[in-house]
Amino acid sequence: MKLLKNIALSDTGFVFNPGNGDSFSVNPIGLSILKDLQEGKSEDAIRNRVVEDYQTDKETIEKDLYDFLKMIEQFNLTDYHE
Amino acid sequence: MKKQIYERPLIQRINTGMMNKFGTKTEYAPVSHIDGLAVKDLINEYGSPLFVLSEETIRNTYRDAVRAFKTRYPKVQFAWSYKTNYINAVCNIFHQEGSWAEVVSGFEYQKAINNGVPGPKIIFNGPDKSDDDLRLAITNNSPIHIDHLDELYRLTELAEEMNKRPNVAIRVNMDTGIYPMWDRFGFNYENGQAWDAINKIILGNRLELIGVHCHIGTFMLSPQAYATAAYKLSDLALGIKKKFGKTIQYIDMGGGFASKNTLKGSFLPGADTTPTIDQFAESITTALLNAGFTESDLPLLILETGRALIDEAGYLLGSVLANKRLSDGRRATIMDFGVNILFTSFWYDHKISPAQEFSSYTEDTVMYGPLCMNIDVVRSHITLPPLRKEDHVVVHTVGAYNMTQWMQFIAMRPAVVIIGTDGKSHLIRSKETIENIESNEVMPDFLRKHELASGILK
Repeated sequence: MKLLKNIALSDTGFVFNPGNGDSFSVNPIGLSILKDLQEGKSEDAIRNRVVEDYQTDKETIEKDLYDFLKMIEQFNLTDYHE
Repeated sequence: MKKQIYERPLIQRINTGMMNKFGTKTEYAPVSHIDGLAVKDLINEYGSPLFVLSEETIRNTYRDAVRAFKTRYPKVQFAWSYKTNYINAVCNIFHQEGSWAEVVSGFEYQKAINNGVPGPKIIFNGPDKSDDDLRLAITNNSPIHIDHLDELYRLTELAEEMNKRPNVAIRVNMDTGIYPMWDRFGFNYENGQAWDAINKIILGNRLELIGVHCHIGTFMLSPQAYATAAYKLSDLALGIKKKFGKTIQYIDMGGGFASKNTLKGSFLPGADTTPTIDQFAESITTALLNAGFTESDLPLLILETGRALIDEAGYLLGSVLANKRLSDGRRATIMDFGVNILFTSFWYDHKISPAQEFSSYTEDTVMYGPLCMNIDVVRSHITLPPLRKEDHVVVHTVGAYNMTQWMQFIAMRPAVVIIGTDGKSHLIRSKETIENIESNEVMPDFLRKHELASGILK
């Protein structure tokens, strides 16, 4: 899954889609995942990175990442052509 | 490097143009302790979900209510409304504080007797009183509040049969300017039914009319309605004095004072809109004092307030069973308590706090209970920090009606503890067991055995 190329991310967690004017807010961990996606990291790589950085386990981040990626898909922030 | 504290990744659409003059609340203070005891420890000891009552809050609320009335009127008596919460330990706190009992069934009457309340201090209300209930109340000299003519006639027959003169009051319903007007209980003031009943009692000369009673509604947000009711009951009492020369001993204003809960559909939270107990007291006592009683004839003012005295003292502790996402993208959280034990969630938007620390990020959530029933919705819309499975929450202001109207449906009812003024938790009702539930079931012999065919599923 890839983030649309034109999505703007601010360090404060503000997300802007210039394609349709939608804006979103994300929490710090959500922002870090969006940045990972921008860099083209795979879901596996994101999971491993989160487990390394945060006090959590693989099962928890697997469930939560699934939910988060579904949401950004629903919010039309992902690139369907990739 | 030290690992960071984990929080579920969240993304929320920012909606512009949604006007709200109060702004959006983004910070939620966790409630990790109740009266100094940790929520986590209480759940570890007694299980989840768990009802918790605060003795200190009950006593303080009661004393505040008594002060509000006694500083305005010379003769005041509270009677604890059993149906609001009839766990014996709770009733006894009110009895220790000096409250009588107000009961509405033979079952509640028996509970009051078992709690050691003397008969003359048990007010017997309600439309359902069996002959046995009435006989017991007559023998015990309890004030019986007559609800309908059938009861009045039956009571007259029993008085003759027992050769006793029961103490009675009539329940009066009336238009106090509020909607809906409660006219299903008692005799109507405006159309003359109340006077008909009074005439029958006094002229029949078998029953001793000692009081007049009303209960104008529930969760009343208008103190003025009580002033109207107090004027109308005073008018009856003064009329009885004028017509029959008989002094009415008490005026019972019933209950119905609102608690600090927020009714569904309210624009503002209950904590900001509910009248104070002093406002109710001011309305009622001013009406009584200005009604025209002589000082010696001033009736005793009885109050049967339930909800306003216990609601804030009750908490429900619960845990998250699961999180999920609904088809429209809304977050849903499933709790281990639902409408089965939190009956009041049908009409309140209960305040719910997380019991552990969170960041300031929140998410709009639908909060469901554990029942496999579509109606089991605790909050259809609540903004909460991201809750994880097994996290705890505290539901506030649940002391009234939940521990009496709860249902043994699908799941069993949880334990109830009280945090005493000694700072310790005390179990006052054990968690139900399957033995409790099945102890009343009877299995006929022909239904004892069955044989199920095997082999359909491998």
